[in-house]
Amino acid sequence: MKPWLRDTITSIIAVIVFAILLGLVYPLAITGISQVAFPGDANGQKVYVNGKLVGSKIIGQNFGTPVREKNGKVKEVKGAVVTEPDPLYFQSRPSATEGGAYNASASTFSNKGPNSVKTKEADEENIKAYLELNKNPATKAEYDPGLTVAKIPVDAVNTSASGLDPEISKANAWIQAYRIAAVRHLSLSTVDGLIAKYTSGRGLGFSGEEGVNVLELNLALDRGHTAQSAGSGAKS
Amino acid sequence: MTFAGWFTIVAFVLVLSALAFPLSAYMARVYTGERVFLSPIFGGPERFLYRILRVDAERQQDWKAYAKSLIIFSLAGWIFLYIVLRTQDAFFVPHSLNPLGYHSAPANVTFNTVSSFLTNTNWQYYSGETTMTYLSQMIGLTVQNWLSAGVGIVVAVALVRGIISRSGKGLGNFWQDMVRTILYVLAPLSILIAIVLASQGVIANISSYLTVHTITGLEQKIAMGPVAGQEAIKMLGTNGGGFFNTNSAHPFENPNGFTNFFEMLVVLLIPAALIFMYGRMTGNRRQGYAIYATVMIMFLGAVVVAYIAEAHGSPAQHAAGLHTGVISGSGGGNLEGKEQRFGIAGSALFDVVTTVTSCGAVNSALESFTGIGGAVPFANLSASEVIFGGVGTGLYSILLYVLLAVFIGGLMVGRTPEWLGKKLEAKEIKLAGLGILITPLAALFCTALAVASKAGRASISEVATSAKLGVHTPQAFSETFYAYLSQANNNGSAFAGYTGLIQPNAGNLGAHGITFADVLGGFDMVFARYAPILFALAVAGALAGKRITPAGLGTMRTDNGTFVVLLIGVIILVGALTFFPALLLGPIVQGLTGHLY
Repeated sequence: MKPWLRDTITSIIAVIVFAILLGLVYPLAITGISQVAFPGDANGQKVYVNGKLVGSKIIGQNFGTPVREKNGKVKEVKGAVVTEPDPLYFQSRPSATEGGAYNASASTFSNKGPNSVKTKEADEENIKAYLELNKNPATKAEYDPGLTVAKIPVDAVNTSASGLDPEISKANAWIQAYRIAAVRHLSLSTVDGLIAKYTSGRGLGFSGEEGVNVLELNLALDRGHTAQSAGSGAKS
Repeated sequence: MTFAGWFTIVAFVLVLSALAFPLSAYMARVYTGERVFLSPIFGGPERFLYRILRVDAERQQDWKAYAKSLIIFSLAGWIFLYIVLRTQDAFFVPHSLNPLGYHSAPANVTFNTVSSFLTNTNWQYYSGETTMTYLSQMIGLTVQNWLSAGVGIVVAVALVRGIISRSGKGLGNFWQDMVRTILYVLAPLSILIAIVLASQGVIANISSYLTVHTITGLEQKIAMGPVAGQEAIKMLGTNGGGFFNTNSAHPFENPNGFTNFFEMLVVLLIPAALIFMYGRMTGNRRQGYAIYATVMIMFLGAVVVAYIAEAHGSPAQHAAGLHTGVISGSGGGNLEGKEQRFGIAGSALFDVVTTVTSCGAVNSALESFTGIGGAVPFANLSASEVIFGGVGTGLYSILLYVLLAVFIGGLMVGRTPEWLGKKLEAKEIKLAGLGILITPLAALFCTALAVASKAGRASISEVATSAKLGVHTPQAFSETFYAYLSQANNNGSAFAGYTGLIQPNAGNLGAHGITFADVLGGFDMVFARYAPILFALAVAGALAGKRITPAGLGTMRTDNGTFVVLLIGVIILVGALTFFPALLLGPIVQGLTGHLY
């Protein structure tokens, strides 16, 4: 047999054999092992409230409410529901996912450049919204007194990479705590205590940054401040 | 910048070295045919595979036979993957493996994707969770994650064999090397890594996408999938093609600070081990240490620059009035396109780890990096995959540079250049020179074509344009240049605004490709992968069996500090001379100004 013909036959067999071994046996075996050993993690750390699926612990969410038009219809732009922040809840970071913020079936970067006017304008818009949310809509009094642009932590106005960041910085949470305490009639120390409870430390003590899990924190608020973790196996 | 940030960088280098060293001893035994502790387990399957592949694994191949097997095998892999991706909605695909009923991407996008995964590039013009079915991810993309990594490693091994061979023209047997690489090196590590990742929250299921009703009355759809297995080999094989669109920034691919650190180690593990292995196989470990020192110095330089630049923040942030320093409870910095849990150090380090290798995974948006921070991945790619580089690719690429450095050093001292006792002659130098220059040439040629043509400019993202300058912004040039540079270097990371796929809405509806970008990119990747492989194998063939003369007093040593400096000089010289004008037009001009446009 000619060498190239021999190589061709071997190649065809090799591709098929490897496809079965590495493309079916391997990923399905890993999936099977994970399903048995780490069922919560393998299925996305689902969080239930009263038996209803309300999210995944590690996928961020938009804690906004739908904006309604005068006729009562939910307002949409390009198929995405328009929302406004719900002052009762801690707000997640800005998100640039396609089809509306925190679309976890289409993660997307914002791809905004460092020297672009568009980036500056987006930052300014987010800053404005953040400062607006710090004001009592009726009295215009500031919840966190003396909050200025320079005091806003960057994570509060810069979009995350995945658009699905489940966490905010502690500094961001502390600022929002003033609003939460006021609208929920809680003491600031209670809210700060909850923030501390749902803050995850750095990996191995040094890798990455501390962050506050927004979904867990908001669920704890809803349950009243004595509640336990969201029940999906908290991990540090 | 924080203490924890600097500590992460130092800890990373130490842990990596500590892990790569023992692995190199193991791999050296595997590739010299000695028994290893896994032989009792994999010996049987190994012989069984040779039988069904109908190969005589002990038959030595010269460089041409080795290259022929490699090319034909790659071609078969290309055709197979193309068929898988183009038939992902066919009748024989079970519903459970295509729960969302996704159609295939159009032919031009598929051409690009297939070329991309075959060449270990993993450039992605598609978006994983809105294009690929579970079956395509597994039997299509995951398989090439393994095989392309294997092909890279065996070329490096063959080149090392050629360098040390004292007699005969044999470089080993391609099929034996492939099977051993997969069974003894990739499989055990990959399984271990996948299980660690799954234990940390990387998902592994074949469920349909979740629909969630949030506490504020919104609906959220969450993509699922068999991620853990693919994630492991994606990092280990320096592939880098994300299961999801945002790759390792997605919480299901990289859930926390620990996995971020772990994934970075996994990326550099084999490239680092191969360098030590080279030293062992030449019989002088210092040869390996010299190369390790060379690449480590360049690596650390890149990390430091990227970390400082990103911690400083971007002109856009400062213009908006933001304070980007570290404050109590926030790490500050340029957090646009970065995740809170990784922070600046974890993002900058990940960026360097994946752009020095051919990994191309990202955990942050490179396009949103500051000018200087973004110049770092450019510089890493300009060094043509020699700073650690892809699995195998890195070693054979830097060995070509070593050859060039020995030649230049020889000219400087006025002696016939000698390397490990072998005289280097015109033939080897010509082959190595071509092997080095072909990748930059492909990158620059394609970039020029893309920026100069209307069809190419169609891929530039809307956010990179400006009211004043239209598409002629530094950002638009950067993203175009990066696209073809990344594809030529088989890296696959992206300034992701540049696109070849248009998907007006989320979901698999109405997607179509930009033919120019898809096709040019596809050829860019295939050409810049296989041409250097052929040159590397040809060098191996030319060196194999050359007479070895003992080193004399006047022989230039290739295992000391002087040589490290010379080698760094040669790498920077080639990279700078080739790319400096282009780099000036994009990232550097952005880094030098606080001006917005």
